[in-house]
Amino acid sequence: MANLRDIRRRIKSVKNTAQITRAMQLVAAAKMKKAQDQALAGRDYSKQLSSVLQDISEGYSDATHPLLEIREGARELVLVISTDKGLCGAINTNLARIVRAKSTPATDFVTCGRKLRVMLEKLGSTIIADFSAKDPIVFAEARSIANLLSKKFLDGDYDRVSIAYNRFVNTMSQVPEIVQLLPVVPPTGASEKADETHEFIFEPSPSDVLSAILPLYINYRVFQALVEARASEHSARMVAMKSATDNAKKFIKELTLEYNKLRQGAITSELLEITTAMKAME
Amino acid sequence: MPLQLDIVTPEKTIFSDMVEHVYLPGADGEMGVLPQHAGLVTALKPGELRYAIKGKEHFLAIGSGFAEVNHSRVVVLTDSALGEAEIDEAAAEEAIKRAQQKLSTADSNLDPDEAAFLQNIIEKSAAAIQFKRKKH
Repeated sequence: MANLRDIRRRIKSVKNTAQITRAMQLVAAAKMKKAQDQALAGRDYSKQLSSVLQDISEGYSDATHPLLEIREGARELVLVISTDKGLCGAINTNLARIVRAKSTPATDFVTCGRKLRVMLEKLGSTIIADFSAKDPIVFAEARSIANLLSKKFLDGDYDRVSIAYNRFVNTMSQVPEIVQLLPVVPPTGASEKADETHEFIFEPSPSDVLSAILPLYINYRVFQALVEARASEHSARMVAMKSATDNAKKFIKELTLEYNKLRQGAITSELLEITTAMKAME
Repeated sequence: MPLQLDIVTPEKTIFSDMVEHVYLPGADGEMGVLPQHAGLVTALKPGELRYAIKGKEHFLAIGSGFAEVNHSRVVVLTDSALGEAEIDEAAAEEAIKRAQQKLSTADSNLDPDEAAFLQNIIEKSAAAIQFKRKKH
């Protein structure tokens, strides 16, 4: 009856796996809630900041600032935000796909997160810096990343800076996305406040306001990207672990059924042997 | 015609409602905003923000940031906004002490942004304490 024992052993090991994935699911779910709250709470601020910037650029069209300067050139720097750990579904793979599709040999990278750093290293891309982000995301970290990116841009090392990250839509869906960070393109859009004036008074002065608001805007773009990527990571992990747990449970059910069938068969054949022996002795 | 006031911090939207007027702690001094104000963008320094609903004045201690004024709408973007009840005087004093200590011990190798950030904490907390004391 080696088969019976084999099945029993398999059931045990699948059960252990299910226990682990379930624990990971619960941890991810708790972290997901926090990360999602953080991502959604920050959106208001980012949106208002964008709309103020939009109003400034429309009301003060001769705005010039080094961070707004559009340069001809192909040297691009991409901040790639991935996860440190795996077991989170396909979000890293999806992000890697669009990063590879959009990048050229002239593209250099700054990474945050181990997974895509390893991938980019394998591809032989140039990585000029690597950051790691704590959980939950601290604003100071976003600021130091943003500082490095703006410095590289202002020094003229790169003509464009973008961020590649997974935008959080909801628990079931995350969209990999590459957005341009520098030069800052003041957001334009269907202005819902068309009836309002775009004539603005600036205090202390337009250039002062602009030079104060642009770094803030960049910091928040980076921060928001980090937070959204983190929310995406935990959501994807939660979903991946949930389906792993469900699969394991289904598997256990099937194995148990098989085990019971075999056991029943064994008993039947044993009974059969006994009765045959009794019959033979009569 | 009332004025739509939105106060937004990175954590959440603190306030969003109709008010009659707003006083903002502008970088060049306090300024009052009534409905039909001309378009204005201004930097804010840590201080006290006042607004009135139905003739009753309300107060908030805000951190540094920006305000955008449009005919019927005021958007305040700031790093913190606290009502009187939310200000913890002891915690604010503690924050000042910590920031000052950090500034004095690491003055040589501190990057300017970090220093500015600490300075900001000091000013913000000081404004909050001042605000709280005034109410008593």
